[in-house]
Amino acid sequence: MRWIQKIAKGADVTKPNDNTVLQISNLKVDFETNTGEVNAVKGVNIHVDAGETVAIVGESGSGKSQSMMAAMGLLASNGRTQGSVTYKGEEILGLPSGRLNKIRGAKITMIFQEPMTSLDPLYTIERQLCEPMVQHGNYTWATAKKRAVELLELVGIPEPARKVKAYPYEMSGGQRQRVMIAMALANDPDILIADEPTTALDVTTQAQILELMAELQERLGMAVVFITHDLTIVERISDRVYVMKQGEVVEEGATKEIFGAPKHAYTKMLLDAEPTGRKDQVEDSAPLVVEADDVRVEFETEAGFLKPNHVLRAVDDISLTVREGQTLGIVGESGSGKSTLGRALLQLLPSSGRVVYCGKDITGASRKAMRPLRKEMQLIFQDPFGSLSPRMTVGQIITEGLLVHEPHLSAAERDKRACEALEEVSMDAAMRNRYPHEFSGGQRQRIAIARTMVLKPKLVVLDEPTSALDRTVQKQVVELLRNLQKEHGLTYLFISHDLAVVRAMSDTVMVMQKGQVVEQGSASEIFDNPQQDYTKTLVAAAALKLEEFA
Amino acid sequence: MSDTTINTAQEAVKGRSLWDDAKDRLKANRAAVASIIVLTLIALLSVFGPMLSPHEYDTVYRDYTKVPASLSAYPKADQIEPALNKIAKRARMSIDSYSLSEDGVVTAQVSSKRKLDPRNMRRFDRSDLFEQAALENVSADGKSATLKMDVQYMHFFFGTDANGRDMLTRTLIAGRVSLTIGLLATIVAISIGVMYGATSGYVGGRVDLIMMRAVDILYSLPFIFFVIMLVVFFGRNFVLMFIAVGAVEWLDMARIVRGQTLSIKRQEYVQAAEAMGIKNAGIIKRHIIPNTLGPVVVYMTLLVPKVILLESFLSFLGLGVQEPMTSWGVLISEGARNLEGASWLLIFPSIFLTSTLFALNFIGDGLRDALDPKDR
Amino acid sequence: MMRYVLGRLLSAIPTLFLIVTISFFLIRVAPGGPFDLERPLEAKVMENLNKIYNLDKSIPEQYLLYLQNLVQGEFGPSFFFRDFSINELFAQSLPISIQLGLSALTLALIVGGILGVSAALRQNHGLDYSIMAAATFGVTIPNFVVAPCLTLLFGVSLGWLPVGGWEGGKLQNMILPVITLALPQVAVVARLTRGSMIEALRSNHVRTARAYGLSAYTIVVVHALRGAILPVVSYLGPAAAALLTGSVVIETIFGIPGIGRYFVQGALNRDYTLVMGTVVVVACFVIIFNIIVDLLYALLDPRVRFD
Repeated sequence: MRWIQKIAKGADVTKPNDNTVLQISNLKVDFETNTGEVNAVKGVNIHVDAGETVAIVGESGSGKSQSMMAAMGLLASNGRTQGSVTYKGEEILGLPSGRLNKIRGAKITMIFQEPMTSLDPLYTIERQLCEPMVQHGNYTWATAKKRAVELLELVGIPEPARKVKAYPYEMSGGQRQRVMIAMALANDPDILIADEPTTALDVTTQAQILELMAELQERLGMAVVFITHDLTIVERISDRVYVMKQGEVVEEGATKEIFGAPKHAYTKMLLDAEPTGRKDQVEDSAPLVVEADDVRVEFETEAGFLKPNHVLRAVDDISLTVREGQTLGIVGESGSGKSTLGRALLQLLPSSGRVVYCGKDITGASRKAMRPLRKEMQLIFQDPFGSLSPRMTVGQIITEGLLVHEPHLSAAERDKRACEALEEVSMDAAMRNRYPHEFSGGQRQRIAIARTMVLKPKLVVLDEPTSALDRTVQKQVVELLRNLQKEHGLTYLFISHDLAVVRAMSDTVMVMQKGQVVEQGSASEIFDNPQQDYTKTLVAAAALKLEEFA
Repeated sequence: MSDTTINTAQEAVKGRSLWDDAKDRLKANRAAVASIIVLTLIALLSVFGPMLSPHEYDTVYRDYTKVPASLSAYPKADQIEPALNKIAKRARMSIDSYSLSEDGVVTAQVSSKRKLDPRNMRRFDRSDLFEQAALENVSADGKSATLKMDVQYMHFFFGTDANGRDMLTRTLIAGRVSLTIGLLATIVAISIGVMYGATSGYVGGRVDLIMMRAVDILYSLPFIFFVIMLVVFFGRNFVLMFIAVGAVEWLDMARIVRGQTLSIKRQEYVQAAEAMGIKNAGIIKRHIIPNTLGPVVVYMTLLVPKVILLESFLSFLGLGVQEPMTSWGVLISEGARNLEGASWLLIFPSIFLTSTLFALNFIGDGLRDALDPKDR
Repeated sequence: MMRYVLGRLLSAIPTLFLIVTISFFLIRVAPGGPFDLERPLEAKVMENLNKIYNLDKSIPEQYLLYLQNLVQGEFGPSFFFRDFSINELFAQSLPISIQLGLSALTLALIVGGILGVSAALRQNHGLDYSIMAAATFGVTIPNFVVAPCLTLLFGVSLGWLPVGGWEGGKLQNMILPVITLALPQVAVVARLTRGSMIEALRSNHVRTARAYGLSAYTIVVVHALRGAILPVVSYLGPAAAALLTGSVVIETIFGIPGIGRYFVQGALNRDYTLVMGTVVVVACFVIIFNIIVDLLYALLDPRVRFD
């Protein structure tokens, strides 16, 4: 399902030419904020030729979305633009919305990262699909309604005649993104701008959406601008790439060249950011740390007054064992119950079944009974912005656990331990009196790791610890976690939907779907030779990069 | 992404807490800063003003009923002659001529059909206009003389009310009452609301359900009925009554704190603390309370004006503080009754009340923007 | 939908019952009685009165009697207005309060909505700041200040409008009371609308509408306003109930014979039946408006369902 490369032989497409439909020249975007002016985009040149696929790559905050938003006149009210944006030679930057509206939604269309919120929750799909068609004068309401059904069929939504009457909330994220694509195609645009269209979706859905877009581009022949942070996607689909960093284009060129021989240091770093290396295997004779039999977690959802409550089985009779120094990777898409399982093992959620920790049966242990064990069993969360208490200093956050587990320590000793812990996660100990909001996402995750390390744990449950981070930071955190494991002989339960990271971290892997285990085995077995269809889809969807690392 | 530098310097860098940020944002909000100044001024005036004022709030000047607000002193030059004649008539004598010197001494030629009685001159002293009246140069027949007395100058910057009491002093005293009541009731409401809401939210489950159901029922009782019943119960004991009003106003606070607690409870940092084995008390102390404080402070600044308004409203209905004590509401209701001809009775207390309410509202809005910068 | 409304009405009965019970006993334990006049009545007269009004019975008995009457829609005779039953009093006063309240509500919604939307569209510009300053003014200034000031200006000084009175709800008699009553509501509606409009205009689906070149009218009215009006609707429920059951202050100042003043008179005179009547009426309005709000919500938001 590789997208077709459309570079004409011998033509130098890295320069604007006769075929250019969209040209962005020296575009600057500034935002006025309370703390002063922020220069989000600092003089960017991008051009898009008819029918080609251009990728704009960068990490969060690189200005990749903002430059396209600015071109489309969609900036927030405090945004200012300078420079020039032309569509087929016509200047469109700073046009009054009346004239701009002749182009956007008709000639240039967009799909966004957030499929859940990009559609108006109060209107039917039909109404929202028809609005732009009628607005741009190509259709009457009656013809637009017919076309809406055709479009839904085109983007692969089952029962389009019925689904067209549905409201967005009645559809899944993947379906909503398909609706957005249908909307984007309605007026036969010349350019489709896709702003991280698959980031918020599960891997399997991601692959489907990409495939759909590739197929549609081939059939309809519009140019596609693909904004993404995900290099695997870029390599697979784009003709040309712009790499952005801190508001500037640091490198551009044909995809093959950029991936084959990156010139700029930042591009090299991005390409190298995929977590690499493998974990050293642990002997089977190592002592068991966790042994779980038939763990089951059920949630009751209230159905209403006097109605039987609906029971949702989030974790369905799962058994597992983890040995000292081992990492068990738990893989699954959102809603598969992997996080719930992690919490249930730590006795943070009521569950049935049997959990043995280091020979002790802790099934259903009370909070009080668990307290002495909490020192050894730790949990690290996905969102480094939510897991640190915003009104405590980093030092207080790190040492909070010591208040319970080593109450004899003096304030000075605690402070010393905080410094040591910070240094262990490669952070400046002088920062311990700062507050979480003063740090970046990667730094916060290090602080969260320091908080667990200060207690010298044995078992750490890592719940998507790298998912909220940029790739380059991810790699650093993965390395840090591996080093800590080696140094302290830690046992990890590594929960993630990101197969590349799981592969780099784990000895054994468990694949979960809808609360049940699909497949379980050593990391190499699962990734190189998956047995179950679901695992195969997952591995295929995570794609290409894995093949290269295999 | 250079978060890998190692620095073993023991001297820690000082951090900027969210409170520091909020303080800066508040300082940058001109309306809020101006409001804080205005409010402080009104509070200081209300507390110390009455002590400094030459008039007591309950002193009645019978000769100065409903005099308009004026920057110059009373009596005015044209008030002296009618006053002299009025008193002279009562003392059964007549003023033949009079003169007023620069330094406020009245010299009048008086005569009478009968012999002048020096004791009668006390009638002049008793008036609010004059003092130290004395007869000089009494004629041989004792029927005419020169009457000398000092004019008693007084300032009524806000005028006087229908009983001849100084409105400035009364407005300031009223401020004391209104502000005290506002604060008192608010503190009661906040304390009950925070405790109730935090318990309900943190414990959750059935307890939460029952506690919130009770709040719902109290909500649907008409508020006016409740307050009026309180007046009926506590009679004119104002302090008790406002403790009771505070005990009614906690409902909103309880809901806010409960909602806040529920959302904080779901935050990962609370889960992290639980996963570390931190006890409930520690979680409430270090995580829940500091993070609910923002909305509580905002609600508090907005509750004070609400309570002041409620007090004014009760006073307006004649259910408030009793004479001679007063509050802004009492003064305004008097002013509303004397609209035609004595508008200063309405204007000055209204200005004080509304500027206080304004200031508190602006501070509340400013605090909300400062504590939750997303809003703007 | 009818089933939903019926269900809601049925589930309101226990609440109403609790309110009636609490109020009944509260006013009975309050010191003083309906016939405690300044000059005490003769024992004989007092006894007769007590007999007529059932006060000679025990309080639980009276309570049961009251409930019995209430179920039949009878609020009983007034203790103070001796020749009237509460039903008669309400029949005269309630329509007046409702007329006044509905007018104020309509005014508040239209003016407040327009102001709020205009402020949101010009966020952080001069127009926004002036509208919000005016709104703060409207929220802050108590109606017992506004009413006399308006009377002073339009009634006394300019002589354009009558100072008070109702006269069967003539337009010129309604203008000042309606404005006074609506003013704080206009301000609150404007603030709420502005806030939710700003949020709606920043939302992703409005960004989609802009990206697809829809007209300004479609974006603002169809896509932003419909969602933004929801918080206003939920605010208006209790507010409408309060408006329709009259405002004591406004009725006092403008001399309007509405239901509001019965609150104060009833409680002060220990007119037990009158107090209970007003409480029940207000509670019913609150319940009815909450149901109306929920229905409106379901009408505006397809995600809300009746089951």
